[in-house]
Amino acid sequence: MSDHPSTIRIDDQEIPFTAGQTIMDAALAAGIYIPHLCHYPGLPPSGNCRLCVVETGNRSAAACITPAIAGQEIRNNTPELNEARKAITQMLFVEGNHICPSCEKTGNCKLQAMAYHLGMLDDHFPQFYQRRELDASHPKILLDRSRCILCDLCVRASRDVDQKNVFAIAGRGTDAHLIVNSPSGKLADSTMAVTDLAANICPVGAILIKEQGYQVPIGQRIYDRQTIRETSLQEHVEPKNDD
Amino acid sequence: MDISRPHHPASPHRHILHRLHALQQQFRHISPHAMQQAAAEFNIPLSQVAAVVAFYSFFSTQPRGRFDILFSNCTSCGYLSGEQDLMRMLCQLLQVTPGKTRADGLISIDETSCIGMCDQGASLLVNGLPVIGLNAEKLAQIAQRITTESPLADWPAEWFAVHDRVYQRDLLLMEQHAPGSALQTALAQGADRTLAVIQQSGLRGRGGAGFDTGKKWQLCRAAPGSAHYVVCNADEGEPGTFKDRLLLRDHADAMIEGMTLCALVIGAKQGFVYLRGEYRYLLPHLHAALDQRRSQGLLGQHILGYENFEFDIDIVVGAGAYICGEESALIESLEGKPGIPRIRPPFPVTHGYLGQPTIVNNVETFIAAAHIAAHGSAWFNSIGTEQSRGAKILSISGDCEKPGIYEYPFGVRIQQILDDCGARDVQAVQIGGPAGKLLGAAEFNRTISFEDVSTGGSFLVFVQQRDLLAIHRNFAHFFAHESCGFCTPCRIGTQLLKNNLDKIAAGRGTTHDIEALKQLSHLIQHQSHCGLGHTAAHHVLDGLQQFPQTFSAPLQPHFTAQFDLDQALESARQAAHRDDAAAHLDNG
Ligand SMILES: Cc1cc2nc3c(=O)[nH]c(=O)nc-3n(C[C@H](O)[C@H](O)[C@H](O)COP(=O)(O)O)c2cc1C
Ligand code: SF4
Ligand code: SF4
Ligand code: FES
Ligand code: FES
Repeated sequence: MSDHPSTIRIDDQEIPFTAGQTIMDAALAAGIYIPHLCHYPGLPPSGNCRLCVVETGNRSAAACITPAIAGQEIRNNTPELNEARKAITQMLFVEGNHICPSCEKTGNCKLQAMAYHLGMLDDHFPQFYQRRELDASHPKILLDRSRCILCDLCVRASRDVDQKNVFAIAGRGTDAHLIVNSPSGKLADSTMAVTDLAANICPVGAILIKEQGYQVPIGQRIYDRQTIRETSLQEHVEPKNDD
Repeated sequence: MDISRPHHPASPHRHILHRLHALQQQFRHISPHAMQQAAAEFNIPLSQVAAVVAFYSFFSTQPRGRFDILFSNCTSCGYLSGEQDLMRMLCQLLQVTPGKTRADGLISIDETSCIGMCDQGASLLVNGLPVIGLNAEKLAQIAQRITTESPLADWPAEWFAVHDRVYQRDLLLMEQHAPGSALQTALAQGADRTLAVIQQSGLRGRGGAGFDTGKKWQLCRAAPGSAHYVVCNADEGEPGTFKDRLLLRDHADAMIEGMTLCALVIGAKQGFVYLRGEYRYLLPHLHAALDQRRSQGLLGQHILGYENFEFDIDIVVGAGAYICGEESALIESLEGKPGIPRIRPPFPVTHGYLGQPTIVNNVETFIAAAHIAAHGSAWFNSIGTEQSRGAKILSISGDCEKPGIYEYPFGVRIQQILDDCGARDVQAVQIGGPAGKLLGAAEFNRTISFEDVSTGGSFLVFVQQRDLLAIHRNFAHFFAHESCGFCTPCRIGTQLLKNNLDKIAAGRGTTHDIEALKQLSHLIQHQSHCGLGHTAAHHVLDGLQQFPQTFSAPLQPHFTAQFDLDQALESARQAAHRDDAAAHLDNG
């Protein structure tokens, strides 16, 4: 083991890593972008969106949950993998009801930005047109499950940073849906507050803060100014550590 | 802290799945109020209880009928029997719509994934109990009994009598097990030597993946932890597999002995049998087997008089979720959570139940281990092939004269199996279940072994007359229904695959769909999180390669709309309460 320096190779670049880091951690630290939607540095990884799948040897592995191992040869930015990522993004679009032109999140939405990044020009797959419940009960926060991509970020943010455990994902297969941990199942009945990380981390327009629609005009929004590749290299949250 | 158990360890409902099962049985559904009570009782978040209820097929939030019937939809024990649709038949007799409880609350009828009765004819579960050998006549009698609300205890006993048919015995099935014999030998020679014997035997896991059992035990034994656990995987959910059903009934003692051996080797005090909900009817028998061993000094404290050897076993019963056969999903389920496969590494051998080192092995693996410990490694590894030692128990069903249990040394040719089970005019076999391999006649000289065609036990036979597209659609529906929903490619991809095959069967496919099927299949296979997704599209890729006609024959040469335009207007017609000619398109 000692004759291997603590480095891995991603495409043509050799980068260092420290023990315990995942491939994603090492890549982001070295300024290498591996597309991701369900990962947010600082929160424990989940591995559900599968955008970050890379190849090591003849294996596919999700970079955000796979430990870096000295000497690993990783393929990331290849045409084949980016095609697969595009197809996965298309899948997320057809599963939910994404109404980008009239969505408050447009321009700030990571799903939309990912579609641009990967050169997605159409949905490719037939729409599912699922009926999903909307929760407008909370005075300050709107939960529209129609646009939820089940990335689990709000679940982890609420549990691990806000320490409120407001959300969970329930149901199997395409019945999977976000539920609220309150007796009525409604947000108003939970301890959720607008300042919670969970209220602000949603990558899409599923959790929206009310009464601030279109404060930033279209054209001046996050992904109007930067690509998802650029913003994703700068993100980080501090997990609360009281244990 | 053991979150799966509430504070009263002596109560019969100490596992959340058991508590919810009792509620479902009593009230025919699990109400929000009941969920709140269960959350308080088990000291877990309400959202966890709600997520568990939503995850497992046998729990419902809407009331099911006092007679709750679930027809198996497997290609062997399913409700499509020859030309007949048995589920529709019973629905008509009782005036119910599948999936909707009748207004008077008497009856609900729906379908469920394979219930493991593949050699018993078309089968169903009524309030969780299997009724086998269905035909039109029996359904009429069932309808009669339901209408008169005759209690299940009064139904003819033979309707529930599962008769195992063993046609071919080898190493394991020929063995007469003397309770305690393997343990006696193992305790006399010590844990190190026992592990060495298992390692020398070349035993590999019988649940499908074929991991080296001795190596697994060694890794677990070496892993640090505050406790070690032994788990027997009796979830047997792969359609077409029913060999564990036989083993649990006739060889439970050897299975428990194998688990106890494992406990000796890895230093565990607690074991679990995770039994699929469909086999709940075996529970009294298994409890009796455990009790008997306790009374013989083979379980509990001071096993066989050894001061420091203590081990006992609990049975946890699942509630309808194929994914819980995947070992890390199974452990999540044991912990009282939805069966979502974990991030691996770390693997269960180091971080399993409650984060502690855990062995998960198949029923057959534990039985083999017990016999190996008793008879030595040579008894086992002198038969089989280079990389597949010993014999394998197969569950054979589908189009053959003698469906049942067959045990062969590894290396047996597929053609020989087909001859033995009385299969003629065979078009294809599906080995290892829908997740396994589809093979045509040109491949019948291949062998059952880890180096060639491996299987956890499922062996499905399809004759020439069978419509293979219907088989593929059945498998695709199975995976779409059983995907846990955690990861994108499997959750959405299995739905797309299902829809695509349904579309082709409906005569709405075009040549473009062949390429689409291939791309989708590769995506699901390579990008998914767990073994379910990795294998869910195998059957389509195998089919495209070996039987391309299956998919291309129904294709349309010209442009065809993906959907039926007139059908798409149905919801609008319903909303407008219209069904007259003017509310339909002329060309349908
Ligand atoms: C979707 C899925 C379902 C599985 N179902 C079962 C099962 O029902 N029984 C089983 O023993 N193994 C099943 N497995 C394999 C287990 O994950 C695990 O490999 C096995 O229990 C290990 O035991 P063994 O080494 O004795 O085979 C399944 C795997 C997957 C991915
Ligand atoms: S609501 Fe948003 S953050 Fe939460 S799971 Fe859905 S998409 Fe992810
Ligand atoms: S592959 Fe399927 S079953 Fe496995 S984690 Fe993903 S969604 Fe769940
Ligand atoms: S970012 Fe790794 S799976 Fe979503
Ligand atoms: S624009 Fe992406 S969810 Fe609204």
